[in-house]
Amino acid sequence: MDLEAAYRRDEEILLRPILESNRNVYVAVTVLGVLVAWGIYAYLYQFHYGLGVTGLNRPVYWGFYITNFVFFIGISHAGTLISAILRIARAEWRRAITRSAEVITVMVIFFGAASILMDLGRPDRLLFVITHGRFQSPILWDVTSITIYLTSSSLYLYLPLIPDIAIMRDTIPKRRWFYAILALGWRGTPKQWRRLELAIQVMAILVIPVAVSVHTVVSFVFAMTVQPMWHSAIFGPYFVVGAIYSGIAALIVAMAIIRWVYRLQDYLKDVHFQNLGILLFIMTLLWTYFTFSEYLTTFYAGEPVHMAVFWAKFSGEYRHEFWGMVVCCLVIPCIFLSNRRMRTMGGMVFTSLAITVGMWLERFIIVVPTLANPRLPYERGVYHPSWVEISLLVGCFAFFILLYVLFTKFFPIVSIWETKAGRAHAVREVSSRVEEYLPGDPATMEAGGGS
Amino acid sequence: MSAPTGTTAHRARWGMVIDLDRCTACQACVVACQAENNIPNSNPHTAQGGRNIHWMEMIPFVEGEYPHTEMRLLPRPCMHCDNPPCIKVCPVGATQLSSEGIVGQINARCIGCRYCTTACPYTVKSFNWFKPQWPEVMERYLNPDVSVRFNGVVEKCTLCHHRLQKARDLAAYEGRPLQPGDYTPACVQTCPAEAMVFGDLANPRSAVAVLSRSKRAFRLLDELGTEPKVTYLREGV
Repeated sequence: MDLEAAYRRDEEILLRPILESNRNVYVAVTVLGVLVAWGIYAYLYQFHYGLGVTGLNRPVYWGFYITNFVFFIGISHAGTLISAILRIARAEWRRAITRSAEVITVMVIFFGAASILMDLGRPDRLLFVITHGRFQSPILWDVTSITIYLTSSSLYLYLPLIPDIAIMRDTIPKRRWFYAILALGWRGTPKQWRRLELAIQVMAILVIPVAVSVHTVVSFVFAMTVQPMWHSAIFGPYFVVGAIYSGIAALIVAMAIIRWVYRLQDYLKDVHFQNLGILLFIMTLLWTYFTFSEYLTTFYAGEPVHMAVFWAKFSGEYRHEFWGMVVCCLVIPCIFLSNRRMRTMGGMVFTSLAITVGMWLERFIIVVPTLANPRLPYERGVYHPSWVEISLLVGCFAFFILLYVLFTKFFPIVSIWETKAGRAHAVREVSSRVEEYLPGDPATMEAGGGS
Repeated sequence: MSAPTGTTAHRARWGMVIDLDRCTACQACVVACQAENNIPNSNPHTAQGGRNIHWMEMIPFVEGEYPHTEMRLLPRPCMHCDNPPCIKVCPVGATQLSSEGIVGQINARCIGCRYCTTACPYTVKSFNWFKPQWPEVMERYLNPDVSVRFNGVVEKCTLCHHRLQKARDLAAYEGRPLQPGDYTPACVQTCPAEAMVFGDLANPRSAVAVLSRSKRAFRLLDELGTEPKVTYLREGV
């Protein structure tokens, strides 16, 4: 009886963002829409006049767009990977956060792919990559990997949504036809549940290698060339770690906003943020370790072509970006995440924002200084982004947030059925699991306990 | 043994030797290349933005440590590597190594991703940042043998391969094999100091092959294993 009331409360609170929209939502959507429209204008302008409207030049052939590509694909690791790992590890605190994480993945990956489209001199020939694709090129590895990742993360988002969509079909009067189609005839029979849980399990296992491969091959675009400070074996794991790092930061920001706007303090609790904060700090240290390894090996060997790039970052043209990255990705997280007193909600959101900025800077100083300091000593480039590139970065962010907001207006951002399931069996499951760990035979223990 | 008409007796490997001791840095090669290959003119705007297109470029660089420095000038075409880093990375096969060793660029295939331009350690590939334009009077003098490129694609030195096609056709028409001197790129043909020698590296007795084995010979970034087919002869030895 008690459980029934709790279920009803879950449904009521978690469906409220879909049923009610206040003025703030409309204002936010309008503002975001304007920014998106501005981004679209900037792209059309570039489409008409050519890539000359950017700040790119010879030899800095890649700039903001490729930075954004690496950055957005990195952010997309938040969701699927974290959610899949937490599911497989049967971490019970995952229930409230998996959905919001998975949505980030699916939404942001479009902007990763779109950044490549923006970067193409001939976007009209995009399909040549499929019709004339050459697998010797790392770009084809990216295309393959990202396509698989997008497909599998969309599935991985959709599968756990089905029971929630069915709840909406059955309980809310709005858009019934829409939810009826998406619910795929879900009735919640034991057979359907068995199949769904199996499918989610399989997908959770499947998406992990795919996610790792995605950012590995993104790094290979750089590492496969012979260019100074790109041609590095550390790049694969370094990019994956950076991706998860920036992904968790983005997830914390998104969850904090959701919790604040939709007043979900009871679902996205402090403990969730604390756990994510600790995870984020672990990633801080891992990322620092990789960064340290990369720069120390370069510095110690001291090859002039590599050192030209190294000094461009440390004390040259790109020092602001480099030290900005160090502050955002190392100093601020160490201050705010390393001890419980500083790891407050405000501190964590601030740190996460800093890390998001810092990781964008990290991508930037991987892409640009190498190109600006090529092997032959005579060609030195300077790169300053134009208004078009800045507008498109802003437009991408606005579009991503807009899609995210719209998602929360159509689907529950905290999984209803998983919350219910947590109430129904998680406590019993966890305690029996813990009993298994204890010495002695749990079966006889239980019988002996007589409870 | 007689060679088939219109080709060399064996498979050719086209290459170039640039004698820096003879080069006067007059830049005639640069101008000849611009004119021959319909390369859009530079202007202060493109120069400022670093968007000039040059298939052949005169590169100034300083050698030695102060105070014993010396200013050097290096005419730099595409190196036409036998192991080209640009070709490996192209996602659509828009840049290819011909059977005779010329690294070509297929403008109609290029998607403009600029991966080849970033992968090339010599930065010899150029991108069309805008629609190429010529003063009206010059448009009438574009070379009809070379297609004009368009906005958004990469272009590069082709060793004037349209001249190779022409030379081949002519030799075939005359019923004879392709002979040394039949095919010369515009830059080599123009060089007033005769600092540039062009020919078939696969023929060990050709002038270019002999010079490329000279004690003065060096190749740019040879240590990367790109196997460039442009050889420089050191000056002042």
